[in-house]
Amino acid sequence: MNAVTQPINPAKLVARQQLALQDPDWVRWTLIAIAIGFISLFICLPLGLVIFQAFSKGVAAYWSALSQDDTIAAINLTLLTALVTVPLNTVFGVTAAWAITRFDFKGKSLLTTLIDLPFSVSPVISGFIFVLLFGAEGWFGEWLIVHDIKIIFAVPGIILATLFITFPFVARQLIPLMQEMGNQEEEAALSLGASGWQTFWAVTIPNIKWALLYGVLLCNARAMGEFGAVSVVSGHIRGLTNTLPLHVEVNYNDYDVVGAFASASILAGLAIVTLILKTALEWKQGNR
Amino acid sequence: MSQSSVMPGFRPTIGFTLLYLGLVVLIPLSTLVFKSFELDWNDYVHIITNKRVISSFRVSFSTALVAALIASFFGFIVAWVLVRYSFLGKPFFHALIDFPFALPTAVAGIVLATIFQPSGFLGKLLINTLGVQVAFKPMGIVMALIFISIPFVVRTVEPVLLEFESSMEEAGSSLGATRWQVFTKIIFPNVFPALLTGFALAFARGVGEYGSVIFIAGNIPYISEIVPLLIVTKLEQFDIQGATAIALTMLVISFVMLLLINVLQYWVRKRSGQL
Repeated sequence: MNAVTQPINPAKLVARQQLALQDPDWVRWTLIAIAIGFISLFICLPLGLVIFQAFSKGVAAYWSALSQDDTIAAINLTLLTALVTVPLNTVFGVTAAWAITRFDFKGKSLLTTLIDLPFSVSPVISGFIFVLLFGAEGWFGEWLIVHDIKIIFAVPGIILATLFITFPFVARQLIPLMQEMGNQEEEAALSLGASGWQTFWAVTIPNIKWALLYGVLLCNARAMGEFGAVSVVSGHIRGLTNTLPLHVEVNYNDYDVVGAFASASILAGLAIVTLILKTALEWKQGNR
Repeated sequence: MSQSSVMPGFRPTIGFTLLYLGLVVLIPLSTLVFKSFELDWNDYVHIITNKRVISSFRVSFSTALVAALIASFFGFIVAWVLVRYSFLGKPFFHALIDFPFALPTAVAGIVLATIFQPSGFLGKLLINTLGVQVAFKPMGIVMALIFISIPFVVRTVEPVLLEFESSMEEAGSSLGATRWQVFTKIIFPNVFPALLTGFALAFARGVGEYGSVIFIAGNIPYISEIVPLLIVTKLEQFDIQGATAIALTMLVISFVMLLLINVLQYWVRKRSGQL
């Protein structure tokens, strides 16, 4: 109302507008300081500590910890787990994304919700359900004992639990992207006589490759780093069923701090490589 | 099936999707439900109303709530600063936000325990200056869960802040609003649903979190023992019934929470006119 009755100096109004759009310097610097302080305390400090602890007893201790048979066995098991679970969940992710985004059918949103289900289950429960299936008292327990097949406290259990935990990663990256892309390009290829497979490899894959790699990267990081679910089904047998994260725990609980942090620093290295690749892929996707 | 006339491969892809989903997720998860049918109601109530079990639920949910609240407050500031201001090293800090996602939880666990234990770098500092011990207390669990929660909050708020139309701010300010009014009346209400999502994701993750918590928590029954650890303990004692009862309760609570959060979010969006 005042604006109508009292004339306002236009220059003042512009200044006022600027003020209302930009935060005062002291606010800006305080918020930047809080943000940097918070990230430094909760992220930079832990990151620095892993590197510091791993080398605290000298590089030699680090190498001797890493060249122990148990550590190497743990690394191998971790690689094996990722090598089995990541390709399976990648194939599933692409297939599910194709079915969900390229066709209309009843129950589509329910299916999408069900795919996300493993994200909302506690890791410990994710491992526990496989004990209920394949453990000594489980559904298939007796049958497995009779046929002398070990799943729980053995490698298959670890792989199954990891498969469950990393299930949604690839599908979750692809579904929104392929939904947004639509299928005009694929329809064009098909109408020009390309076969289904040709269309998929020559049209779909080039369009989704960065998002696909992104999903695979996250899936792999989780597959190699999963702790809770794997710890329930593993039985912690040294040299046999310890993945690298479990090996970290065992060493730490045995007060072998250098050993624990040496293994931990491999996993931290994996996390850093993942972060760098992730940033690069985000950049690629942004420039698509 | 409007599009299926042209696009090939509906039957094989939906078939494989359902089969794989069933084998890897649905059948394993359903065992928990079927196993719990073997319990009769009195046994179930007896297990769940045990003092130690109730304490663990209280510890898990209260620490996850406090951690999600703290992470939401600071996460919002971090997202704001990363989107709106420019400063030296911003891309570096931006990339670091996802570190808790990428770092295996067991590593996070031993690192945080080392920092906050009484002889550790921050642990000693906090005891000497404030007389507060963090490790082996619920406060330690909160610290671990804050670490885990950061990316959930920042990564859900960031895109919304980024896409926020500055024309709305301009409109507000040209009508005479102060900067604070523009923030509280225009910006915040628009970002709030995203912040709520981030909070919910952080809370849900925090309740179930295991690896990053158990090293710093000290796992003292009635004080700093979380539900997932109690499930593991029951399993190690071959008490499958006990583990089943606790796990099922936790799963049901998580799903109910997820549902409530979705409803709440729908309500907030509707009220703020985003639907």
